[in-house]
Amino acid sequence: MSDEDDIILSELDDEELVAQMFDDLYDGLKEEIEEGVNILLEREWAPYDILTKALVGGMTIVGHDFRDGILFVPEVLLAANAMKGGMAILKPLLAETGAPRVGKMVIGTVKGDIHDIGKNLVGMMMEGAGFEVVDLGINNAVEAYLEAMEAEGPDILGMSALLTTTMPYMKVVIDTMVEQGIRDDYIVLVGGAPLNEEFGKAIGADAYCRDAAVAVETAKEWMGRKHNSMQSA
Amino acid sequence: MTNPFIDLLAQKGTLLADGATGTNLFNMGLMSGDAPELWNTDEPAKITTLYKGAVDAGSDLFLTNSFGANASRLKLHGAEKRVHELARVSAELARNVADKAERKVIVAGSVGPTGEIMEPVGTLSHALAVEMFHEAADGLKAGGADIGWLETISAPEEYRAAAEGFALAGLPWCGTMSFDTAGRTMMGLTSEGMVDMVDGLENAPLAFGANCGTGASDLLRTVLGFAAKDPARPIIAKGNAGIPKYHDGHIHYDGTPELMGDYAVMARDCGASVIGGCCGTMPAHLAVMRDRLDSTEKGEAPSLDQIVAALGDFSSAGDGTGEDVAPKRERRGRRRS
Repeated sequence: MSDEDDIILSELDDEELVAQMFDDLYDGLKEEIEEGVNILLEREWAPYDILTKALVGGMTIVGHDFRDGILFVPEVLLAANAMKGGMAILKPLLAETGAPRVGKMVIGTVKGDIHDIGKNLVGMMMEGAGFEVVDLGINNAVEAYLEAMEAEGPDILGMSALLTTTMPYMKVVIDTMVEQGIRDDYIVLVGGAPLNEEFGKAIGADAYCRDAAVAVETAKEWMGRKHNSMQSA
Repeated sequence: MTNPFIDLLAQKGTLLADGATGTNLFNMGLMSGDAPELWNTDEPAKITTLYKGAVDAGSDLFLTNSFGANASRLKLHGAEKRVHELARVSAELARNVADKAERKVIVAGSVGPTGEIMEPVGTLSHALAVEMFHEAADGLKAGGADIGWLETISAPEEYRAAAEGFALAGLPWCGTMSFDTAGRTMMGLTSEGMVDMVDGLENAPLAFGANCGTGASDLLRTVLGFAAKDPARPIIAKGNAGIPKYHDGHIHYDGTPELMGDYAVMARDCGASVIGGCCGTMPAHLAVMRDRLDSTEKGEAPSLDQIVAALGDFSSAGDGTGEDVAPKRERRGRRRS
């Protein structure tokens, strides 16, 4: 591309810069995203505004196009990686300024299941949407989920299974949560190739998420409901 | 160059491959989370039973129990040093079953994905992936496999790496991908894209196609996509026996043997010449598929509507081929090159 086509980020006004960052996230341009975040910080944007308006806004477009079959996993991974670059700059500042948290999720594949690409994708997309994600990795017994929920205090529990033989274990985890009287303290989302909505309902999850983009939208929606119910309580 | 697989295909016109490996082994008591490949040495009698199930049901070709026999997958079970051994034994057990059969049966050495995402998007390098596939292919060849059989691949990069691994091992091969995301592979490749990719390989497979994915209808749409490109090689169709359903604490696939019989005949009409099942496909399904393929002649390729009427709905409206391409987002113009 010729020099004439180069866009100098620092010469754009705020609105144009944010629009450009949407495009750069879409294209997975990490350095450009980092530069954009730094420029907005210099312009005294609040870290929380940069996160929600520039980064999460851009990743929402990526998520929609992934859901609609326009983008696929490779593009989404590159976008999430660019987002991560921006988040690395913002994270300490968000903590300092006491910004409200978008939400926190504990996620892992269930006992017996070692297939983790889907779970990793959800984790990356959730981080891309501004959520804090605690990844328990693969092959988690009910105890591992319970300990992590106790230690981390997440809003959301995410469970993933790729095998028809492992998906019933999700019900074991949910049943144990019910027994211990903590089921309603968490939003429980489930996903994985062989699952469907009917299965999610049958085992007592709050929602089944068809793919990583749907997981993000569902998580946001349930976080919204949670806030509303807390306000009315 | 002559090869038993090509010879048998030329002789019979259509080959019946096998069905599920995992579904069968779980029914024999394999626990979720355990590596099925460890049973090659721990439970050889059960693996022999698995193989015999396919052969006795009439399969012309069956896959070895070595899908996860690569360094990356076996590492999850602390068995990454046993790749060659477990691959070899899976093929030796298979060779034994095939050689005892009264008809010619092909042993196809299964090679599944590494489970890693390749560079530049992920972390697995091309060189390391080639090495992993080479190691698995070497073991399968040493155990007497007639051909290598790559399956359930999503990324073209990984398919290419496997082609090189098979070349280094000197093992002729076939390779299928899974089209499970809106009619494309998880990494976005269309059926048409796969034909182009396969045509461009230096060590091209003997046959190529689709396996697993989301139900028999989707798989046949993918086969029609291959056939529309008039590919130079035979097409493989290995679809799941319907869709998994949850009933009273256990899972079963909703595809009946009769449905899989319809699927087999339609797969041949769509242009596939190596036809089998994948998840949920048991010997009872294979027997009906064998019978239906033998008792009918190849017919006209079905329309998409006819596929839906016979086998059920597609999982997505389109599959990214032909005119059916979703519009890319309007861009502001990329900066920097």
